[in-house]
Amino acid sequence: MNVAKRTFDAVIVGAGGAGLRAALQLSEAGLRTAVLSKVFPTRSHTVAAQGGVAASLGNTTEDHWHWHMYDTVKGSDWLGDQDAIEFMCKKANEVVIELEHYGMPFDRTDNGKIYQRPFGGHSMNYGKSPVMRSCAAADRTGHAMLHALYQRNVRAHTQFFVEWMALDLIRDAEGNVLGVTALELETGEVSIFHSRATVFATGGSGRIFYSSTNAFTNTGDGLGMAARAGLPLEDMEFWQFHPTGVAGAGVLITEGVRGEGGILRNAGGERFMERYAPNLKDLASRDVVSRSMVTEINEGRGCGHDKDYVLLDITHLSPEIIMKRLPGIREISIRFAGVDPIKAPIPVVPTCHYQMGGIPTNFKGQVVHPRHGNPGTPVHGFYAAGECACASVHGANRLGTNSLLDLLVFGKSAGESVVADFKAGDLDLKPLPDDAADRSLARLARLESQKKDGNAVHDVRLAMQRTMQKHAGVFRFKDLLKEGVTAILEVAESAKSTYINDKSKVWNTARQDALELDNMIEVAKATMISAEARKESRGAHVRDDAPDTPEHPNGRDDQNWLKHTLWFSADNHLEYKPVHLKPLSDDVEPIALAKRTY
Amino acid sequence: MQMSKRTVQFKIYRYDPDKDDKPTMQDISVELDPTDKKLLDALVKLKAKDDSLSFRRSCREGVCGSDAVNINGVNALACLTDVDSLSQPIVLRPLPGLPVIRDLIVDMTQFFKQYHSIKPYLINDEPPPERERLQSPEEREELNGLYECILCACCSTACPSFWWNPDKFVGPSGLLNAYRFIADTRDQATNERLDDLEDPYRLFRCHTIMNCVAVCPKSLNPTRAINKIKDMMVVRAI
Repeated sequence: MNVAKRTFDAVIVGAGGAGLRAALQLSEAGLRTAVLSKVFPTRSHTVAAQGGVAASLGNTTEDHWHWHMYDTVKGSDWLGDQDAIEFMCKKANEVVIELEHYGMPFDRTDNGKIYQRPFGGHSMNYGKSPVMRSCAAADRTGHAMLHALYQRNVRAHTQFFVEWMALDLIRDAEGNVLGVTALELETGEVSIFHSRATVFATGGSGRIFYSSTNAFTNTGDGLGMAARAGLPLEDMEFWQFHPTGVAGAGVLITEGVRGEGGILRNAGGERFMERYAPNLKDLASRDVVSRSMVTEINEGRGCGHDKDYVLLDITHLSPEIIMKRLPGIREISIRFAGVDPIKAPIPVVPTCHYQMGGIPTNFKGQVVHPRHGNPGTPVHGFYAAGECACASVHGANRLGTNSLLDLLVFGKSAGESVVADFKAGDLDLKPLPDDAADRSLARLARLESQKKDGNAVHDVRLAMQRTMQKHAGVFRFKDLLKEGVTAILEVAESAKSTYINDKSKVWNTARQDALELDNMIEVAKATMISAEARKESRGAHVRDDAPDTPEHPNGRDDQNWLKHTLWFSADNHLEYKPVHLKPLSDDVEPIALAKRTY
Repeated sequence: MQMSKRTVQFKIYRYDPDKDDKPTMQDISVELDPTDKKLLDALVKLKAKDDSLSFRRSCREGVCGSDAVNINGVNALACLTDVDSLSQPIVLRPLPGLPVIRDLIVDMTQFFKQYHSIKPYLINDEPPPERERLQSPEEREELNGLYECILCACCSTACPSFWWNPDKFVGPSGLLNAYRFIADTRDQATNERLDDLEDPYRLFRCHTIMNCVAVCPKSLNPTRAINKIKDMMVVRAI
């Protein structure tokens, strides 16, 4: 197959929030930049974020970045790197104000400032009481943000390659990253994007689970590419199950609903979160709320015919507040739950939502890997930001509104790092190896020549999703995890012989599905194997054989497991690296280890 | 409402330029599970049956704007359309007025060209303040019904004026977005924006047919935005 070659200073893969924020940095600095996206930029999944973006602006209640940092470290169950968390919380005001200057239509307070609402796990005074930190545009914050970022890029003349799917990362023999191969969906042609710098902003992979709030396109493409190219994935055992997905449909209902006063109730009408989190109640951290809900359901206090969901109640709020602050939620609820939340509560269940782990990076957005005894060695020419990256600011559990903040802060810092490295002359255009496109071409050729007795993509994907749902859900069990490893490796084996009937060159979505499945399989293996190996409970990873004891509060074992997991695709090999417990500067003391309660 | 298993009949526009000389309408049926409620759920099931069926989709909750198609003659998002509300056979065609790439996938270049032509970004050349630019809740409210556009193209491809002049008429979506910036108190380019639209084609091809209002999946009202732009031109001329 003939492979065209294009050369750029920088290639950004993904045009969601992180990719667009990084692109701005590069376009405005005058670097020749290509932004690849398999969907038109405003279709990226950032668009679905609802409740807000965290920043300690203090527009309504007093706030400080120190408090935000404390909440984030505690929310991460101390697995987050404190240098990266300090960096993010300190930068929050700057990146949110920038966005306002770009034209983002934030809601406003009476004195004209950005409107802020309370959110789960965000507090004043180190956990004392809820704080108003979430900067919001009604319940469409992600939509407003993604469009504002795209619009700013239109102004900056960023060059987009829309509906191009990146296939594989190109590395040379020394391990330097030299760009990607990519498939143009409309023509089916493969090209090499040869670049000095490659930035991954490919988002999450929540579609590896059966029940997910995520878009169809969230297939972990960046993670799959990195894993196939020999780079590790970090902390993949940590998945966030959002407490409030619409029961049955999985569509997200923002935590902002509880921020505006919404209450979770069981079949008896009880506000059960009072028992689990006496202080922050319904606004406790997401992992805590999701587990409480599942416990209620498991103990027979669920609602409905099968007692398999709980209720999110806002009927006590005034219709005006609901129409003004939560109009999108009302729309979703009517359309997907058949319920007008002004009149009746919404049926909800915990639903897979966010990948805390990802491609390991530092706070500058540089991808790092273990080399010569240093787990923080940058990979030359490679950067990542947003949900595909693991900086790690979310550790074992992410706070709501910190994802939009993450993609702004680290999208910008990855962009700044590329520009700085470029200007310093560190980013020479290294020669492409002869086999640069071979891996991608081999994958395509395999699909093309697969015999008809191969496995349908649809069936393998479903098997993967059901395996992940059963074996790596909200609560985890020693035996199920063990069986889950065997099961997911079997699914991975069957994915090697997927068959597609459609052989067209033009816009072949069957081929795209098969290529995406390859990526999801890498993520699924990483998740199951990392989860089976971590013999403690921490944040979103809670196992039956690591219960709450005086010696190990909440089942957390800091002595043995206060460390990041690194999974390598080759041989499913695991390594570990230390958590950065030291903040970046002397402006703040390290947040000392403590038991997590809300 | 508890739905049961049922078989649903479709007539779907099929065209693959790689092998077809001309488009055909495919008769196909699919059995749906009780949990398959939306048209997109049915399309996903159809694709499991025939993997060559091509369509765009992403968020499946009506915010990304990917899966706009013509359903029984009306433009709508597959993910927001209740499959049981439709008369059968359900006739699916690509959005009208744009070139078809394959099956239900259209070439949206012209649509986005018009969107880009209205300078869809905030223009304010004053050095930005250290904190946010202030805007009262009432001023901000002016943007409601405008900023929510998801660029799905349901409206523009339902508009006869856009069908005749897609290269010259901005179309309902583009004009709604133009007014989104005109209405923003932080934007300083109102005059330039009005100058750009004061043209027999760019704005004035709108003949208030109001198909755009009828089909918008977000219940937005491009006609109202267009009328506000026209009003501003009148006021400006006096």
